[in-house]
Amino acid sequence: MAILVIAEHDNQSLKAGTLNTVTAAAKLGEVHVLVAGHNAAAAADAAKSVAGVAKVLLADAAQYAHGLAESLSALVVEVAKGYSHVLAPASSFGKNLLPRVAALLDVAQISEITAIESADTFVRPVYAGNVLATVQSADAIKVITVRTTAFDAAAAQGGSAAVESVAVAADPQLSSFVGQELTKSDRPELGAAKIIVSGGRALGSEEQFKSVIEPLADKLGAAVGASRAAVDAGYAPNDYQVGQTGKVVAPQLYFAVGISGAIQHLAGMKDSKVIVAINKDEEAPIFQVADYGIVGDLFTVVPELLAELSK
Amino acid sequence: MKVLVAVKRVVDYNVKVRVKADGSDVDIANVKMSMNPFDEIAVEEAVRLKEAGKASEIVVVSMGVKQCEETLRTALAMGADRAILVETETELQPLAVAKLLKAVADKEQPQLLIVGKQAIDDDANQTGQMAAALLGWAQGTFASKVDVAAETVDVIREIDGGLETVKLRLPAVVTADLRLNEPRFIKLPNIMAAKKKPLDKTSPADLGVDVTPRLKTLKVAEPAKRSAGIKVANAAELVAKLKNDAKVL
Repeated sequence: MAILVIAEHDNQSLKAGTLNTVTAAAKLGEVHVLVAGHNAAAAADAAKSVAGVAKVLLADAAQYAHGLAESLSALVVEVAKGYSHVLAPASSFGKNLLPRVAALLDVAQISEITAIESADTFVRPVYAGNVLATVQSADAIKVITVRTTAFDAAAAQGGSAAVESVAVAADPQLSSFVGQELTKSDRPELGAAKIIVSGGRALGSEEQFKSVIEPLADKLGAAVGASRAAVDAGYAPNDYQVGQTGKVVAPQLYFAVGISGAIQHLAGMKDSKVIVAINKDEEAPIFQVADYGIVGDLFTVVPELLAELSK
Repeated sequence: MKVLVAVKRVVDYNVKVRVKADGSDVDIANVKMSMNPFDEIAVEEAVRLKEAGKASEIVVVSMGVKQCEETLRTALAMGADRAILVETETELQPLAVAKLLKAVADKEQPQLLIVGKQAIDDDANQTGQMAAALLGWAQGTFASKVDVAAETVDVIREIDGGLETVKLRLPAVVTADLRLNEPRFIKLPNIMAAKKKPLDKTSPADLGVDVTPRLKTLKVAEPAKRSAGIKVANAAELVAKLKNDAKVL
């Protein structure tokens, strides 16, 4: 049986995490991608070009325009019956949708897998990533969210899958979309960035967060992240949060600026290739995971770093 | 409007858990246990709804071992009116908890079920969504603001790119994210008063729910440890290291 990937998209293009999910799915079998959206032909076109995708299923209806879990789960449950595995990225989209699908199928859901041992055995982090559990599922359909940083992105080009339409499911009409307030930024997405500059509570204010962190990020072409403390204090928006309950990232280079390094933050960034910490407290736990540390006042060190990078 | 809140007893967030020597499970004998922090936020939200005159009664439920009674007493001290313990020694996975929640909700008929978005032990982030599915209710996950009206609830959700607002038909499930509210400190008189509030016990068998685990944990292990690197003196040295040694710039 083939493997079903639920595409995360905005009706025009695929979200980056969909490509990593395709890579995970390809380890299990032939990959089919479900694109459920409204006027989503462009997203389906993007999906059929992804290397390793054998078939694209397109469900196009107004009720799928905003990815509401109530409407989408009714569709996925119908489509999933022909598959051994259903996968989605462990993003806010996938985490919202797949448990609902799993419950309707009366199967367990396996959250945020980081490795595939076999068709029924997977590795997933628990306790904020301090423990890795290997779990085996006895259910007929395995419903899985994929930690996207643990799998490479499939090539966006190179595939030429056929696109088939699938029947729209009855809409339960339980919920409706009111609006979105998305953070506007020209910087790379946190989940896909090669370099991330994150700021913590030591920044002291929203103004200082912007005036210190953003110039460094822009100099490096980096995404901006934040610790929970900085988000809770209102220095940065919620979608910047890196950690156990925010985004899990694994860039080539991660700057932790004025971040002490609580377990919950480390859970979100400790798989980064190179970690740099700038903190005035030399006992801060962040230095225990940092490859390079500077003990000093971030308000002097960051401008010096910026000057050095401009040379 | 009646509000049902579910709370889980978990290893306290300050405890760093260890893996048992045989790798069969984590060792949670003799470690401090607390209410899952996200569930505390869920209880707080219910109490605020009651204080605002929008909720009439708050029923708090927990599933698991006998000691979950302590977690329920904490919720009662925060302001819940009565408690239900679904007592079992069986390991409960999210699907089983969702089935138990459905059974309790079928009896209690709440208009709103509030749970934390995830438990900090298994980090599953599933129970609220699963309960909503089984009940056939709408779900407002990762909520940072909840606005209850007569027949609907508007939920502002924390999503990857920012915030999203959805309107849900009641009854509905809401899962609490970090910034929904800040739970109150519990005052001593409230702890004393909580001891007198009603706490009923039931079991999965009484509720007619099969809670057999679906996933088998084959082993647990600690991830590869990162070792501490080096301290550099200044920005110039850092840039040189990043360029020449790490080759990431």
